[in-house]
Amino acid sequence: MSAHHDHSESHGTMRDYVIGFVLSVILTAIPFWLVMARPLDASTTAIAIMVLAVVQMIVHMIYFLHMSPKTEDGWSITSLVFTLIVVFIMMAGSLWVMHHLNTNMMPMPQDMRNIP
Amino acid sequence: MSTTTIPEGNAQADFYDLHEHEHPEGHSTMLGFWIYLMSDCLIFAILFACYAVLGGNYAAGPGPHDLFELPLIALNTAMLLFSSITYGFAMLAMQRDKVAQMQIWLAITGMFGLAFLSIELYEFSHLIHIGATPQRSAFLSSFFTLVGTHGLHVTFGSIWLVTLMVQVARKGLIQANKRRLMCLSLFWHFLDVIWIGVFTFVYLMGMLR
Repeated sequence: MSAHHDHSESHGTMRDYVIGFVLSVILTAIPFWLVMARPLDASTTAIAIMVLAVVQMIVHMIYFLHMSPKTEDGWSITSLVFTLIVVFIMMAGSLWVMHHLNTNMMPMPQDMRNIP
Repeated sequence: MSTTTIPEGNAQADFYDLHEHEHPEGHSTMLGFWIYLMSDCLIFAILFACYAVLGGNYAAGPGPHDLFELPLIALNTAMLLFSSITYGFAMLAMQRDKVAQMQIWLAITGMFGLAFLSIELYEFSHLIHIGATPQRSAFLSSFFTLVGTHGLHVTFGSIWLVTLMVQVARKGLIQANKRRLMCLSLFWHFLDVIWIGVFTFVYLMGMLR
């Protein structure tokens, strides 16, 4: 068994790393600039930096972690998709439940002052 | 008689494989390590969810605006990003079996990792010094837990990095060491992915509140 054939698909090239690095620098610089200089209003900025973070995560996955649908016969991407589903259910569920709890909470004295 | 045919008469059929196949050493390590990283991802997701729920509960204490210094965070992000690409260069040197070159890149990666940790520890000690300790509010408890867990991962990654440098120096670039270096590569880049989440959701979104 030739050892060199193992995981050859998961190796990157110089080109991969440089592209990934340049994209990451750009995708990091933009959100920091958006928050520090504030050219946009708060809610637009929030959406923009979240989108940029997701894009940068995908860039890292492809160029640094060398993910592809074919890695490990597809088991890597399968486990990733499963994890993302669990993460989504957990995050969305926690935020939803806790938001409702907060809304239905008995008003505390400091909140009572705001009630007309 | 072949083991694959079902024997006639009262002999029992083999419904499962009794004989272990030959597996090359470490053939499933990368997938196994990937699945470990996914479970680690769930740990961070839970901590992110905690922060998302508790991040606004300041208990009349300091909020993100009073505490976070974005230039410092940008510097920290740069350190981790540089360490990612230098680890990539180390992996490229490993593929070409250039041990000395690889060790130098690994050492540089370790330096960036240490720089990241030093900046983070400076930030934490500054926060604790001005009274923004984890006990102060739910916001700070969840903040220290999330960012501290990431910092701990980087710490253990750095220890692992030094261990592998010693291993390579002693045993050379044998197949087992290459496999370990590839696992650490996944770990290191994975931590950078988590950091993207941390600086976006904790620091940048915190400043927008």
